[in-house]
Amino acid sequence: MGGSRRSLFSVYSWVVMIFLYLPIVILMLYSFNDSRINAVWTGFTWKWYLSLFENRQVMDALSNSLVIAITSSIIATALGTLAALALHRFSDKWKAVMNGLIYLPIIIPEVLMGLSLLVLFSQIGFPLGKLTMIAAHVTFGISFVVVIVSARLSGMGDELQEAAQDLGATPWQTFRHITLPVIAPGIVASLLLTFTMSLDDFIISFFVAGPNSTTLPLYIYGLVKRGVSPEVNALSTLMIAVTILLLLISEIFRRKGMAKESNSQLPI
Amino acid sequence: MINRTKWLSVPGLVWLGIFFFIPLLLVTVLSFMERGTYGQVVYSFTLQNYVRFFDPLYVSILFDTLVVSVLTTLLSLMIGYPLAYYIARMDKKWQHTWLLAVMIPFWINFLVRSYAWVVILRTQGVVNTFLQSLGLITEPLPLLYNFGAVMLGMVYTLLPFMVLPIYVSLEQMDRRKLEAAYDLGATPLKAFWHVTLPLTRPGIVTGSILVFVSSIGMFVVPDVMGGAKSALIGNVIQNQFLSARDWPFGSALSIILMLLCIVLIFLYYRVIRVQEREGGVE
Repeated sequence: MGGSRRSLFSVYSWVVMIFLYLPIVILMLYSFNDSRINAVWTGFTWKWYLSLFENRQVMDALSNSLVIAITSSIIATALGTLAALALHRFSDKWKAVMNGLIYLPIIIPEVLMGLSLLVLFSQIGFPLGKLTMIAAHVTFGISFVVVIVSARLSGMGDELQEAAQDLGATPWQTFRHITLPVIAPGIVASLLLTFTMSLDDFIISFFVAGPNSTTLPLYIYGLVKRGVSPEVNALSTLMIAVTILLLLISEIFRRKGMAKESNSQLPI
Repeated sequence: MINRTKWLSVPGLVWLGIFFFIPLLLVTVLSFMERGTYGQVVYSFTLQNYVRFFDPLYVSILFDTLVVSVLTTLLSLMIGYPLAYYIARMDKKWQHTWLLAVMIPFWINFLVRSYAWVVILRTQGVVNTFLQSLGLITEPLPLLYNFGAVMLGMVYTLLPFMVLPIYVSLEQMDRRKLEAAYDLGATPLKAFWHVTLPLTRPGIVTGSILVFVSSIGMFVVPDVMGGAKSALIGNVIQNQFLSARDWPFGSALSIILMLLCIVLIFLYYRVIRVQEREGGVE
């Protein structure tokens, strides 16, 4: 690549980056603006954040979000990890079939998954609430866990496990001392990913939430429909901060894992 | 032990069976049922819901949705490819940082990201306030609640989907083929067109499918940035389920949407494969 072309690419890429970040930065900036009505900067204030912490509905939504995200990420990671371990053992033909089934929830439009779950719960007469939310969030999480853990397993190969068994290790010992250490970073990454996805999910939650299971994204949607307000900016800013924090934590885990081995992996 | 391990897949598969496949089946069944006077489902077979779809109103909404989705995919590809190219060619040390920087907005809730544009573009928003204070305009510009705003919101929220898969295929590409092209006297543009582009096709396909599928069912961006006139098929479906309470019709629309997705993705794969056979990859 010639020098001038390289700098052209560089300028272009920075412009795209600014396009990606500028709206987010402006949104965050205006959460500190004293004026309620318009975009004129009238002074710095924390008051919108203070009013959030005094708002009962916001605190309820936050607690719902956390309960649902923690529970669903643990269940999805457990089910997905077990499935990935099993999948690794199937013959190539069956593996392809199973992969097809398991990846389908990732490809299908989210709105479809949301409304089909709503149909299920209403047909069996199960009241919408935290339980239906957890069930839905587990459902879209499992597939991603299988993808991540499978990637670790296929990177490992079978030799180590076979060697351990030849040396007389029980299946449990083989799992505990050989397989688990290899997939552990994948399990941690899966937990963080499914937790973040659950915390952020709006579309599917929109269909299966009950009156007492409003999460933060659902609460924000209600406010956004009513118009722009500094409180929404403040709440959005907090959500952005939490998301970035979670991503940085998972990035640190990933780099730690990479330092131990030498193969590079993508930051997802 | 090896055979027993296979049973570990049972809990996950049963879960997906109950909460993913059975619900899809139920929606399919529901799409052939009738709607009662009070919005309840009447269990008698009818094709009425599918016939109703051919009302010009719904066909034109579906057409608009396809236009928006295809445009979103093309624009994301055009904007995302050079960025992915730049990242894949930079110093290894910086690659992960740049990728992380591309992925962070992707993980931020897209409701929040659409709302950010409302803050900027609305009548008393940042842009209008700024332009008015400079005296460039007297009346605020109608920047929001139109087709352009929906397109902006779609590309903005879905762009990262395109960059990552293209980056992966650029990264995995065999650079020696590119060097060979240069050694044989290819210009940079020719080398790109005949070597790099065909070799990164898997990334382009994956990215395009991710962007297309996400945009075809999208109802949040048109809802927040498009206003009432810019309703897409996702909005109509959502409306049938949550306000109009016509679940059978909503189900029929979703089945049509899903079949359309499958058919288009299949066609796209075929076109790409035909091109691959005809193109000078070897």
